[in-house]
Amino acid sequence: MNAKLADRIATAIIVAVSGFIVLLLAGLLGYIMVRGLGHFSYDFLTSPPETIRAGGGIGPQLFNSIFLLVLTMLITIPLGLGAGIYMSEYARPGKFTDFIRLLVEVLSSFPSIVVGLFGLLVLVNAFDLGFSLLAGALALTVFNLPLMVRITEQGLKSVPREQKEAGLALGLSKWKTIRSIMLPVAIPVILTGTILAAGRVFGEAAALLFTAGMSSPRLDFTDWNPLSPFSPLNPMRPAETLAVHIWKVNAEGLAPDAAEIAAGASAVLVLTVLLFNLAARWLGRFMYRKFTATK
Amino acid sequence: MMALVLTFVLAACGQSNNNGTNNGGNGGNTTNNATQGSGNAGGNAENEGNAGANEGNAASELSGSIIASGSSALQPLVDQASRKFMDENPGVTIQVQGGGSGTGLAQVSEKQVDIGNSDVYAEEKLDADKAAELVDHQVAVVAMAAVVNPEVTVDNLTKQQLIDIFSGNVTNWSEVGGQDQAIQIVNRPSSSGTRATFETYALGMKTEDLQGSIQEDSSGTVRKLVGETPGAIGYLALSYLDDSVKTLQYDGVDATEENVANGTYPIWAYEHMYTNGEPNEVVAAFLEFMMSPDVQEDDVVELGYIPSSLMQIERDQGGNVTEK
Amino acid sequence: MAQSTKVQQPKPHIAEEWVGRVYTGICIFILIVAIFSMVYFVASRGLRTFIGDGVNPLELLTGLKWNPGGEPALFGALPFIFGSFSTSILAALIAGPLGFCAAVFMVEIMPGFGRKFLQPVIELLAGIPSVVYGFVGLSVIVPLFRDIFPGQGIGIAAGALVLSVMILPTITTIATDALAALPSGLKEGSYALGATRWQTIYRIVLPTMLPALLTGIVLGIARAFGEALAVQMVIGNAPHIPRSLFESTSTLTSAITQSMGNTVMGSAHNNALWSLALILMLMTFVFVFIVRWLEGRSKI
Repeated sequence: MNAKLADRIATAIIVAVSGFIVLLLAGLLGYIMVRGLGHFSYDFLTSPPETIRAGGGIGPQLFNSIFLLVLTMLITIPLGLGAGIYMSEYARPGKFTDFIRLLVEVLSSFPSIVVGLFGLLVLVNAFDLGFSLLAGALALTVFNLPLMVRITEQGLKSVPREQKEAGLALGLSKWKTIRSIMLPVAIPVILTGTILAAGRVFGEAAALLFTAGMSSPRLDFTDWNPLSPFSPLNPMRPAETLAVHIWKVNAEGLAPDAAEIAAGASAVLVLTVLLFNLAARWLGRFMYRKFTATK
Repeated sequence: MMALVLTFVLAACGQSNNNGTNNGGNGGNTTNNATQGSGNAGGNAENEGNAGANEGNAASELSGSIIASGSSALQPLVDQASRKFMDENPGVTIQVQGGGSGTGLAQVSEKQVDIGNSDVYAEEKLDADKAAELVDHQVAVVAMAAVVNPEVTVDNLTKQQLIDIFSGNVTNWSEVGGQDQAIQIVNRPSSSGTRATFETYALGMKTEDLQGSIQEDSSGTVRKLVGETPGAIGYLALSYLDDSVKTLQYDGVDATEENVANGTYPIWAYEHMYTNGEPNEVVAAFLEFMMSPDVQEDDVVELGYIPSSLMQIERDQGGNVTEK
Repeated sequence: MAQSTKVQQPKPHIAEEWVGRVYTGICIFILIVAIFSMVYFVASRGLRTFIGDGVNPLELLTGLKWNPGGEPALFGALPFIFGSFSTSILAALIAGPLGFCAAVFMVEIMPGFGRKFLQPVIELLAGIPSVVYGFVGLSVIVPLFRDIFPGQGIGIAAGALVLSVMILPTITTIATDALAALPSGLKEGSYALGATRWQTIYRIVLPTMLPALLTGIVLGIARAFGEALAVQMVIGNAPHIPRSLFESTSTLTSAITQSMGNTVMGSAHNNALWSLALILMLMTFVFVFIVRWLEGRSKI
């Protein structure tokens, strides 16, 4: 009897706690959305920010965030895939591989601020990249690489052994087997993980304060030549991302509607991350069905 | 590799001067990219490139690029002015970056940028020999005021009272003529330029971070915390003052533009734009533009600074005030 | 290279094999270079405080007074170290039980509903950017604490609460994975003996998965330890060890973000900040080793 009562109480507590977590998220999202959505408009999403007047938007910041994400992923994905394939297929078990594994683990738990400081010291100052999108993207690559490696490894591990062996038995080279047999099977897992990692890039601020900078030069959205200094596509310009903008507006904003802008930008940021999450789930499921021919 | 880029930049800079305002053509674009491409080094190589090309160039056809970095307080002003300047001189590109006064001074001292924006004199941050190389351009004046939570009943604090509060000798508002409430200090971090100004001209001494005091680097957060926290005191640049906080008199003087200009209100500082050595033509033209009525009477005022031209007094680094 | 091209003609797949090896090798090499250069550069800056500026490392670690701009300059970073540890450990104490409950709910109590509903919720919590957490913390938690408790609302309690929500996903995910990986025979045996669900969880499941749960908690602490912006917004940043949970204090990260931009690279103050970053980095190593040790003890 006593044990049963304890069981019920414990179950009730666990359910209550889980409910609390759901409520917490609902409250958090609700708070952000209610405060932010009132400020939403096409203008807000596209117009440049104002220093002192009300009515500034977040257009350039939104673009910077997306562009930085693309740049980071362009560097991270090939590197991370390669390193992940090495770890999962080529590395021979032994001290050296263990050591690399340890390094990856350490790198993945480095605080983002340390990554940012490293970026400031090496990329911004020593390599003379200045505060630029490229420096930001490289710093974020360092930050995201271990994640990408782990995702790739996980993806490749999920490939049935028979498929791999069948490829090798056909006389294909190991690389060919990996490329044309294993990777396609692993892609759902890798893709889902990559999109989630991308969400992290989108929200990162601490590392970017010191690398991509906090200023957004005038952008000419009619000039798409990546070499021209005002072109939005120029990777060498300093750029303030959405997350950094929230930080800055909250801290230094002179505009009378600074609080609303911060709230609105937060809502945009959270919505985007939400979209990333949903896209990752949907795409993962879609690819899984497509490649495995289940259902 | 770096050397190669550098030489390319040098060549490109020369070329860019010959090309004048060519921005649409392919040559012009490569040029600009080269300067951009090596980031700060571009700014460095620039000086020579421009100096070389200027001889054969009419003064009106300005071209080149400027990189400025430093003080986040000064950044909006320089940024806004730079946009106007670029509208008038399409051949010039100006990048304004933040990073803090320390970063700006260090980078201009290392010639990584052309202009270092700072809230404080370079001598306060850099070694004496490095600071001596820099040329100071005082583009505006920023004044500060002590602010308190709106519910605090005190309207005026003397210098001595402020010293007592910020050094922790006075911890309750009743000791300086207010209600019986604990004082909550909202200070700046010890590295902050704003704090240095406040300590130098309002307190006349350095203070330590007290137990229980709040340190925030950014004016927005200071304003928010002072406005919300009962019994809070802090200090803000005049441009940040609004109804959420109550502005105090200092020694009975209101923190107004006139009082700063005529020298009766002492808590203010110059905003500096430092160049390493005498500026090259483009940088000089931009700095001149910063001092022109176009900027001084418009952007400077709009952003809450006081134009240097309005100042009836001058103050050197030692704090000695002279009539202009 | 010459060799490989020679063999290439008859057996193209050997050349192909080399492509794979070289490409993945380069990738892993870049990764190794990145981490080594990071350790090297941060350490070379961080050690200048001791070598160039003659500060005793012991003074940095145990000193109570931080006043690098003062006369004499004082570099006591103990308040920051204390702040970092107290906020992150407190955050883990809050998030640990919550994460455990959520994991049990998802795996044992309502697997279908839990997996479909609670897991996405928790993943979303992980996706919310840290500046947004800081923003919400400053506008909701700080005023709330100011009203309820004595003090200004900022401080360790507010920091820990914000951090606990941020690290909840880490702990939950790891605990869930560990729970799901438990051999089902273990639980079934317990049920067969007539034990209730709670008895099974408490006596069988929890002890078995404890190392994994602890791993999650340590990883959570590591993340909290390195979090910068969200904490800085709600902690108050006074360089003192606070007298209560609701008094302004600093963490290693908040001290760095506050002053890095204001100081000149190479000055004593700046070097001291790099030393703080070095401490952060060394703590990362410590956390990783604790996690490895725990994983080694894992019974699953």
